[in-house]
Amino acid sequence: MKYVIIGNSAAAVGCVEGIRSVDREGEITVVSREGHHTYSRPLISYLLLGKTDREKMKYRPDSFYSDNGVRFLPGRAAVEIDPAGKTVTLDDGACLPYDKLLVATGSHPFVPPIEGLDGVENRCTFSSLDDALALEALLTPQTRVLILGAGLIGLKCAEGIAARVASVSVVDMAGRVLPSILDETAAALVQKQIEKHGVRFFLSRSVERFCGGTAVLTDKTQQDFDVLVVAVGVRPNVELVQKAGGAVGRGVTVDERCATTLPDIYAAGDCTESLDITTGERKVLALLPGAYMQGEAAGVNMAGGEKLYDRAIPMNAIGFFGYHMITAGSYDGEEYVVQKGADYKKLVTGDGVLKGYLLLGSVERAGIYTALIRNRTPLASVDFDLIKEKPQLMAFSKTERLRQLGSRR
Amino acid sequence: MKRIYVNEKWCLGCHLCEYYCAFANSGKDDMVKALKNITIHPRIRIEEKNAVSFAVSCRHCTEPLCVKSCITGALKAVDGVIEIDQGKCVGCYTCILACPYGAVSPSPDGVIQKCELCVQRGGSPACVTGCPNQAIVFEER
Repeated sequence: MKYVIIGNSAAAVGCVEGIRSVDREGEITVVSREGHHTYSRPLISYLLLGKTDREKMKYRPDSFYSDNGVRFLPGRAAVEIDPAGKTVTLDDGACLPYDKLLVATGSHPFVPPIEGLDGVENRCTFSSLDDALALEALLTPQTRVLILGAGLIGLKCAEGIAARVASVSVVDMAGRVLPSILDETAAALVQKQIEKHGVRFFLSRSVERFCGGTAVLTDKTQQDFDVLVVAVGVRPNVELVQKAGGAVGRGVTVDERCATTLPDIYAAGDCTESLDITTGERKVLALLPGAYMQGEAAGVNMAGGEKLYDRAIPMNAIGFFGYHMITAGSYDGEEYVVQKGADYKKLVTGDGVLKGYLLLGSVERAGIYTALIRNRTPLASVDFDLIKEKPQLMAFSKTERLRQLGSRR
Repeated sequence: MKRIYVNEKWCLGCHLCEYYCAFANSGKDDMVKALKNITIHPRIRIEEKNAVSFAVSCRHCTEPLCVKSCITGALKAVDGVIEIDQGKCVGCYTCILACPYGAVSPSPDGVIQKCELCVQRGGSPACVTGCPNQAIVFEER
């Protein structure tokens, strides 16, 4: 059996480990556009912050490829898939035959068309190790940085560089920070915390045009900067599958076995769209844990096993300057909210199950909440007053606890 | 492999498991020096309410969601034991988001800590040997 994997991040690593849990013999080839050993993409902000280094940010040990009998082709891009001939063509013209193919091509930063953007000399995005190294090379204690986007990527970037530069300003069209995961109350708390570290926010406005190192905002105010980071969002890399004739929605369309609509071609990670079980919507859930698990399921299925990836939910654990937050699921339903200073909790229920939650500050044992969402546990079967108080196994029945703590999991 | 299992009905709620755990992971050889006047951060925790109490620690799952979710690769299964490389952990707490048992917790250093079955120590985990009523056992199931 010949396996080819396009991509070298969490989904690809999950796929290698998934294949090897079933098939120790088949030939695996990993094609990576980037020239690096597999590394953790979300760690690039921690690299700039000094909380990790190039060695520690490797997602798997140096021996990963040899341990798993993987032929690793770094710095090579796949340019075409031929689903009829079952081959992948690389940028150097090489042609790789496959029996089973995984497309784990990830996403790329979206750069919006803004007047004068091409004339901005020091411009970066913040999605890859090379992005982070390019940004780092531009930073001095005198540098004024303007970040476009107050989402997860923009704010992690701000945290990573705040102490190393003269100023960090963040501009976003949305009226609050992290609009995709936080409500207004939580966003205000997080913004306050980040502002304590010198980061300035310009919300509810965008950049109308750039004139060299000056950004003219939609409210006509001006921001001078030395370095611009564009972090307004990412787009899934769907082109290879699309050109090969596979179905594509917001991302590559896959089923619960992670198969695309093309025979023997699977897809996983940020390039795909998955079904959010809390809303029933298909969306791109670009999350590392999901990418790994989806890749792993794909690998098992490619190797002839059976594993479903069918419990995807949006979820994020993130922190800024020591202030932590964990969020999961969706927020449409009945709310239970408690706030005590910097500790904020919101639980959202509907259809007799927990739909989503948001914890700021105290996040201990949040996974008990996540499990209620993923397992769609009927709230009638637990003591919901105890769940509201804090995440605890005491809220479950004695029988359920015996299953959880008294048997092999 | 042997794992820790809980016999809820035998738990006295004495919290000794927490103290033995903190001592075993303190790196000190004297229990008094390790624990006296110190806020302990054990990797096993007692939940209690009214007459019910029980200990919760890592289940060392065969499909470990914490390992699969770990963004750094700091959590890994080594011969079935879920181990944490604290030097690699950045304290993002994605494992806390993922663990269905609430068995992974922040350490005082900010990185995470969890039960590793006292593998460095060898033999039965300290919480098990220290439990006066066999409410926590270490066995194959």
